[in-house]
Amino acid sequence: MTANSPNDVDSDIDFIAERDSAEFQELRRTHRSFVFPMAIFFLVWYFAYVILADYFHDFMSIKVMGNINVGIVLGLLQFVSTFAITAAYVRFSNNKLDPKATKIRERLEDEGVK
Amino acid sequence: MNSSLILAQAASTQAASTQAASTQVGNPWVNIAIFTAFVGVTLVIVLRASKNNKTAADYYAGGRSFTGTQNGTAIAGDYLSAASFLGIVGAIAINGYDGFLYSIGFLVAWLVALLLVAELLRNTGKFTMADVLSFRLKQQPVRIAAAVSTLAVCLFYLLAQMAGAGALVSLLLGIDERFGQSLVIVVVGALMILYVLVGGMKGTTWVQIIKACLLIAGAFIMTVWTLAMFGFNFSELLGKAAEVANNPEVLNPGLKYGVSDTSRLDFISLGLALVLGTAGLPHVLMRFYTVPTAKEARKSVVWAIWLIGAFYLFTLVLGYGAGALIGPDKIKAAPGGVNSAAPLLAYELGGTLLLGLISAVAFATILAVVAGLTITAAASFAHDIYASVIAKGKTTPEKEMKVARRTVIIIGVFAILGGIGAQGQNVAFLVALAFAVAASANLPTIIYSLFWRGFKTRGAVFSMYGGLASALILIIFSPVFSGSETSMIPSLDIAFFPLANPGIVSIPLAFLLGWIGSVTDKGREDEQKGAEMEVRSLTGVGAEKAVDH
Repeated sequence: MTANSPNDVDSDIDFIAERDSAEFQELRRTHRSFVFPMAIFFLVWYFAYVILADYFHDFMSIKVMGNINVGIVLGLLQFVSTFAITAAYVRFSNNKLDPKATKIRERLEDEGVK
Repeated sequence: MNSSLILAQAASTQAASTQAASTQVGNPWVNIAIFTAFVGVTLVIVLRASKNNKTAADYYAGGRSFTGTQNGTAIAGDYLSAASFLGIVGAIAINGYDGFLYSIGFLVAWLVALLLVAELLRNTGKFTMADVLSFRLKQQPVRIAAAVSTLAVCLFYLLAQMAGAGALVSLLLGIDERFGQSLVIVVVGALMILYVLVGGMKGTTWVQIIKACLLIAGAFIMTVWTLAMFGFNFSELLGKAAEVANNPEVLNPGLKYGVSDTSRLDFISLGLALVLGTAGLPHVLMRFYTVPTAKEARKSVVWAIWLIGAFYLFTLVLGYGAGALIGPDKIKAAPGGVNSAAPLLAYELGGTLLLGLISAVAFATILAVVAGLTITAAASFAHDIYASVIAKGKTTPEKEMKVARRTVIIIGVFAILGGIGAQGQNVAFLVALAFAVAASANLPTIIYSLFWRGFKTRGAVFSMYGGLASALILIIFSPVFSGSETSMIPSLDIAFFPLANPGIVSIPLAFLLGWIGSVTDKGREDEQKGAEMEVRSLTGVGAEKAVDH
């Protein structure tokens, strides 16, 4: 069974000191420096698209190529940006987050945290 | 499921129209045969998977033995319901571009889950959403609130699926009268109870994986087929759709939501609930516990995003394809109305056999989604309310699982009765409620407890109950519930809230209540626990070795 249930007490580990350690703070900063700006970016971009589709019909109806209009292009770009952000996050996690997190995790588990 | 909004609206009107129109395309017996084969195959797999359901981790979390790819496919299976398929294809075929807007909201929503929720949740919890929310706050009040909102979301979702099942299957199998539809609901419900009871999370996951593969493969084949008929020229397909509809506006936004200022605001409200609701859906959250590590949780979301994204791209082609090859007028006139666009297109392309396959997939879809919801609700009741609150932690895993199994039966029976009672009801009401409740009651507390150190017990309780209550109250006083011909109770008029979706009010309100509750809470939270949660959520300490066989 995992021991990460709130009822289990790991009394000998000082998690406050662990949280305030430079190593963990660095991990936390790295994580937030990616996910927060990215989350704000995709939400702004999504709602910009929703508002365009909702209130700016003429702009969205401009034909770009054959019968394909701005609305279809922007809609497909939402798909593209979602896929791109997903891929970027995976790269970032694998290269930047995982090594840092693994180091702390292995050290803590050696110290007996379950 | 999510887009049951679309399906549902039509399903309610369709209940009336099925009696009149009995022009059945295809052969119901072919549909039944293919569906029976699906049930047979999955049942064997469920029985095999259930052989080593021993511990609670086995029953609730499939022994945490699924790979990221398997779990990602199962997530797609949980998320892409018959409503997504039939509803969105139909909406695009009839409302044109405005149907496409749904697909985008449902897909983009996954970024919230990927970036902010999935891995952190996997690292801090065990079985249910309440595990995470109550980690560093006061156990009892937070756990009860989380369980209440989990049950509320699951129940509304479940009712919508069951009511939809009756309408949908009657269309696909050609059963028109109410008794026959009720019988179909009983069969769906009984099968679902069997799957969940015997198979637990493992069996449920396999049903979802199989169903996702069938659904996506079916949609893919139809997409390629449709495109091939237009020489793989999408622009030509669009042109034909506009020509057949005799309305160039089907290619532009605004056909459905551009009617008035209220409908425009309603769309923004819906967009908000969709993008924030997904990461608060308890049955989606619970899936993150079926994998052994946070890295696998990440992999599952990535895989799910690719599958779901690809699927919604297919629906764009299929929707306009149905518009071009069959035409909106013919679709609206068919039994099942807007929902019949995809089956009619299948019939047009591949005749009786393809129609039978697509119909069986649609039926399987309902079964899989209903099973996922039931196990989530049962786990939440047994783990959060029974084990932690009623038995106060003094229970054995065996006893807890016994309670979970009994809960499955109770929920199953309730879903069957509710589904029969809700036949012909406005199912959109229930699904909109489920999404709005998930976005209002769950998401603010999840985000706060993962990212805000100052979040306190009172904030969590205020936000969850406040979000739940405001979403419920606004829906009761909306035109969905009363005051118009398409309402749930048309004879009553208590509507004063103009929007069909409460999200634009209830979601910000729930965030605000979480903040107010926290800053006014004079009590102290356990700082050691808070630090522990933060360290665990980012590093996955302890949680990585969660597989124990």
